[in-house]
Amino acid sequence: MKNALGRDVPGQPYLGLQAIKRIEYKQTKSDKEERKDKVHYDLGSFIKTLALEDNMTLSFHHHLRNGDFVMNQVMAEVAKSGVKNLTICASSIFPVHAPLVALIEQKTITKIIASYVSGPVADAISEGKVEEVCLLQTHGYRATSIMSEETPIDIAFIAAPACSPDGNITGSMGPSSCGVLGYAIADAWYAKQVVAVTDFLVDVLDPEIPSVCVDDIVKVDRIGDPDGIVSGTTKITRDPVGLRIAKLTSEFMKATGLLKNGFTFQTGAGGISLAVAKEIHELCLDENIKGKFASGGITSYLVKMLEDGVFEELYDVQCFELDAVESIKRNPNHHKMSAAKYADIHDPDNIVNQLDFVILGATEIDLDFNVNVTTGSDGRIMGGSGGHADTAYGAKFAIIVSKLVSSRISVVVDQVTTITTPGETVDVLVTDRGIAIHPRHQALIDHLKATTNLPIVEIQTLYQRALALTGIPEKTQNLGRIVALSQYRDGTILDVIRQIDNID
Amino acid sequence: MRIEKPAQAGTLESNDIYVQILPNPREEIEIRLKSVVMLQFGKQIRQVAMQTLNEKGITSCILNLEDKGALDYTIRARIESAVERSLC
Repeated sequence: MKNALGRDVPGQPYLGLQAIKRIEYKQTKSDKEERKDKVHYDLGSFIKTLALEDNMTLSFHHHLRNGDFVMNQVMAEVAKSGVKNLTICASSIFPVHAPLVALIEQKTITKIIASYVSGPVADAISEGKVEEVCLLQTHGYRATSIMSEETPIDIAFIAAPACSPDGNITGSMGPSSCGVLGYAIADAWYAKQVVAVTDFLVDVLDPEIPSVCVDDIVKVDRIGDPDGIVSGTTKITRDPVGLRIAKLTSEFMKATGLLKNGFTFQTGAGGISLAVAKEIHELCLDENIKGKFASGGITSYLVKMLEDGVFEELYDVQCFELDAVESIKRNPNHHKMSAAKYADIHDPDNIVNQLDFVILGATEIDLDFNVNVTTGSDGRIMGGSGGHADTAYGAKFAIIVSKLVSSRISVVVDQVTTITTPGETVDVLVTDRGIAIHPRHQALIDHLKATTNLPIVEIQTLYQRALALTGIPEKTQNLGRIVALSQYRDGTILDVIRQIDNID
Repeated sequence: MRIEKPAQAGTLESNDIYVQILPNPREEIEIRLKSVVMLQFGKQIRQVAMQTLNEKGITSCILNLEDKGALDYTIRARIESAVERSLC
């Protein structure tokens, strides 16, 4: 069936913003009997005691990012039990999770549900090795689908940087400290069984996940590699083209009139996004503007803005850098939040709905402003929505920042390969060769053209400018089997992702 | 004109192309192309390369191209540089 964006999809099609599906939460499963002997000291023998069955769904969180040891350790032991056809519901999967590919090939794992997948597991999905159709969800919908039991979790394995012997968990202590555990909260409250995997048993006074959620605790030597947990790649771009894009973005933001006391802001950790944060930082200090909050994944740059008084508060669902982990301990206004509080469409106080501006990237954006951050232009999976579609929906201005042409590939295309974020929620594209504003903002376009020198053009103009540089790309039509679905924040289907040949 | 002496131009940076030109024992042009945009622009890159060699009057060479998404004018400039370096 064709969805509202013209894509042929199986299951429940996306019907547009006017028809967002209502979803009911189920009861949490936290009324667990309090046991004294929750702690186990050998992962292998503990997993043998679990009532593992074929077709179960096991969940994991990604706060240890590319330094995570837990999913690999647990799945290696699970595989030894001989169970088959498991679904892995992981908030994200990184290159470090390469050992899962062997388990996919031997059918221990036959389905993957995640918000972001990169590395060998992404390739395995793209190449059709995963038997069932995988789901790529937004961060918000992952929480929604667990809380509504559209994705019922049998066992949640929670990598716990610090855990008390009765099961109180925090991300803020221990050798593998990662700050926040926002993406694991729904799993902890709704999984039938919850297993904390920790390398640091200690009294926890201020838990993010309380002991009533936790059935068992397994003490292991190491749950993660600190070098992989916090990324070292979050640096402000030094590329003059990227800096120009950042400058144009901040000028656009100022021109909207919303950059005033009490403004709210989210930006990612990409080089251009950080450069935008720097522009906004300087502008706010110069003009004495104080924002209400910044949110999302928190970088050291945002911590600096908090401590310089540019923002009153930070709402943090994921620490990108060590500075953010430390900041939570010293700054009472740096709040931890769950994925649901961040982005669940049905949470009345969700943070994304309070955003004025969000700065986002794009692999592709099309003439209808639909954005792809899920696949490359060759159709290969290389990411996923994360919070992209959630924040674009919530923010008054969802601003895509990108070079117009990079390595001969135009960011503007006639139709995106995969729809991650519908164009009806995207407002502006800022490139080095002009700013395109969605035509539903005609009054703003007229106002900015009359009152500023911003290079505002139609998105078709940017497309023509790009083609003039690159030439016309050859189209390849992919008729491979459907390997994954791009799922919107209400669970409806935006698009399909097809198998690609193993080209190297 | 035959290429008698190996030469190179360009880099492996994004948006650039690394070009190596070598003698070919046979009287023909052989283009070996690797590109990050092979699917979208492979044919066009070969065409531009062949055209550039024709314009320089080259009739025999092996041209190794390792493309990192260079635009046509960059491809032309890098191939011309490699040819000039080989001829001087």
